[in-house]
Amino acid sequence: MTADRPRVGLFVTCLVDLFRPSVGFAAVALLERAGCAVEVPAAQTCCGQPAYNSGDRADARAIARQVLDAFEGYDYVVAPSGSCAGMLREHYPRLFAEDPVDGPRARALAERTYELTSFLTDVRGVTEIEARFDGSVTYHDSCSGLRELGVREQPRTLLASVAGLTLTEMAEADVCCGFGGTFCVKYPEISDTIVSEKASRIEASGAGTLLAGDMGCLMNMAGKLQRRGAKVRVRHVAEVLAGMADGPAIGEGAGERPAEG
Amino acid sequence: MESTARAFKDNARAAVADPQLRRALGHVKVGFIEKRAKAAARLPEFEALRDAARDIKDHTLAHLDLYLERYEARVKACGGEVHWCRDAAAARDTVLAICRRAGARTVTKGKSMIGEEIGINDHLEANGITPVETDLGEYIIQLRHEPPSHIIAPAVHLTKDLIEADFRAHHGWLPAQRSLSEARELVDEARTVLRDRFLAADVGITGANFLVAETGSSIIVTNEGNGDLTQALPRVHIVLASLEKAVPTLEDVSTILRVLARSATGQEFSTYTTVSTGPRRPGDADGPEEYHVVLLDNGRSEMLGSEFRDALRCIRCGACMNHCPVYHAIGGHAYGWVYPGPIGSVLTPWLIGVEEAGNLPNASTFCGRCEAVCPMRIPLPRMLRHWREREFERHLTPAKARWGLKLWAALARRPAAYRRVTAVQARLLKAWAGRRGRVSRMPLAGGWTAHRDLPAPQGRTFHELWAARRRGVAS
Repeated sequence: MTADRPRVGLFVTCLVDLFRPSVGFAAVALLERAGCAVEVPAAQTCCGQPAYNSGDRADARAIARQVLDAFEGYDYVVAPSGSCAGMLREHYPRLFAEDPVDGPRARALAERTYELTSFLTDVRGVTEIEARFDGSVTYHDSCSGLRELGVREQPRTLLASVAGLTLTEMAEADVCCGFGGTFCVKYPEISDTIVSEKASRIEASGAGTLLAGDMGCLMNMAGKLQRRGAKVRVRHVAEVLAGMADGPAIGEGAGERPAEG
Repeated sequence: MESTARAFKDNARAAVADPQLRRALGHVKVGFIEKRAKAAARLPEFEALRDAARDIKDHTLAHLDLYLERYEARVKACGGEVHWCRDAAAARDTVLAICRRAGARTVTKGKSMIGEEIGINDHLEANGITPVETDLGEYIIQLRHEPPSHIIAPAVHLTKDLIEADFRAHHGWLPAQRSLSEARELVDEARTVLRDRFLAADVGITGANFLVAETGSSIIVTNEGNGDLTQALPRVHIVLASLEKAVPTLEDVSTILRVLARSATGQEFSTYTTVSTGPRRPGDADGPEEYHVVLLDNGRSEMLGSEFRDALRCIRCGACMNHCPVYHAIGGHAYGWVYPGPIGSVLTPWLIGVEEAGNLPNASTFCGRCEAVCPMRIPLPRMLRHWREREFERHLTPAKARWGLKLWAALARRPAAYRRVTAVQARLLKAWAGRRGRVSRMPLAGGWTAHRDLPAPQGRTFHELWAARRRGVAS
């Protein structure tokens, strides 16, 4: 690593890759502005949580090994997701706890893996960013980021420096949105009850835009808000921080300007 | 009790559609959570106490044989008796035998989850002995023939108007004009009824929050004082407890007590903390003539050697369910057996079989709030995941989910193929959505689209766009 320009491997996440590449480009922009050389290893697909959380350790390990290989040699690994970063940081070492070869590799990867906003503030020392967003936002703390990685103040610190932005906290911002990966399709009624409650909190905040740091939660909340006919727009926090929030929001109709890229 | 855990999905579906239940559950969300947060915030050493409490239980569990034998020796020395029971049937029979020897016709009961676990009330009733629950919540659900829906607030699924209706239905002597709309009036009514029962009881059964090895004491913490009357008035006191309630010393108890009430109800201390050591001694003002401890294993000693060992630290405070979004959505009965909430989803598969209760560990978003508040720092999400692993290994996971997962994993392990498939997916989904940017209906995604729209992809994958950008830079 050159002290002033670390090499960062971007862990894109499968949902950003498939649904919202603009979040990936926002992350790249933020990392580059924070003085990092960003690379995107081609051999990545997913962090393996669907397998891991379904009890399929064999496939989870196989996918995790692929990630260990793909992200070998980077100074840092950064993901625009607390959930995926949490998987790499908290759970990979557990998956390989008794593996003499991959155990140490997993622990080494865990130590240099970060969620995007926490990397920017905690590692790169960014406290202010140059961006403008005219409007009020409310921020949902995604569970893994909050409780596995302690991501709470970091995105709020960064948002506070965005010109024109007001943060209006919703009640129970730290309560689960009911996504839970495959949970939301395995137990749709329970998930719906939880996300309906969340949507009410979001609407009650009066904010025009909902932000969070995880695509899974965002798609769940956006889908519910839109089904209810709510006017709240939904974006990944990186889009706002990178000043790339002028395209259509999550789930918003086409006909607007195409996303950046 | 008969389990309905197998029907968890149906139970949950009915629960979320029950407006009365939703109203009642609103109280759990607000009351318990705020009170616990305030109680924890008032005590600077709260987090350190959680560590200390965890360490005490870990130490005890590591030497459980030693502490249980020491406990038994002390109980005997104080004139009491310990009955080791391998399973629920043995515990039921032991209790019944003691009651019969005492010629019991009425048995009063303090609140005991072990009593629920072994189904003691039904067993006594079937054998001609009348059990009377004396904890208000337990009394109410006994009238309704329901199991508890929460481990410290058994009737939390009920609203006041329902309880009033139950009292009027069962207390036939109540004049119609007598007001019962306030909680206070309901408590007074229950107390009036229970007073005579306390005096009539031949045997009193309580649970135990702790079994103290150093002194041979059992300890209960309550807020209503009913436990004291249950154990002090009848001639015979039976303590129902499971193995893991053991702790080495009274000093250890006082450490754990400091996190127990705060985590449970947000109180600094429960109203009553009652220590019972053996039967009445000569010169004692009150107390039973016989003191029995029915010590239940029911698979716990085996659990000690498993990946679920940490769950044996549980002190049954209820904080995990109080903070669980799934519990808030469905309440306790939907879980289908004795122990609801996150801790129930860990214990129930162990106690009644994962074939029966396999849904419970899966019905979690892994949000981690339970672990964040558990005073004993039980890694509940990790234990739930362990159950999913056991289910997957034993092919108990539904075939459709299993094959879907295998197919997806095979693809995820082949990045080049994965790219091609996701590129097509992104385009198809976007096309399906048309100009709306989201879809309201999609084949194979009914679980999602029944309740919410599915945001459409932007059209090309990140990796495609990134590759294109790099080609652009290179050229």
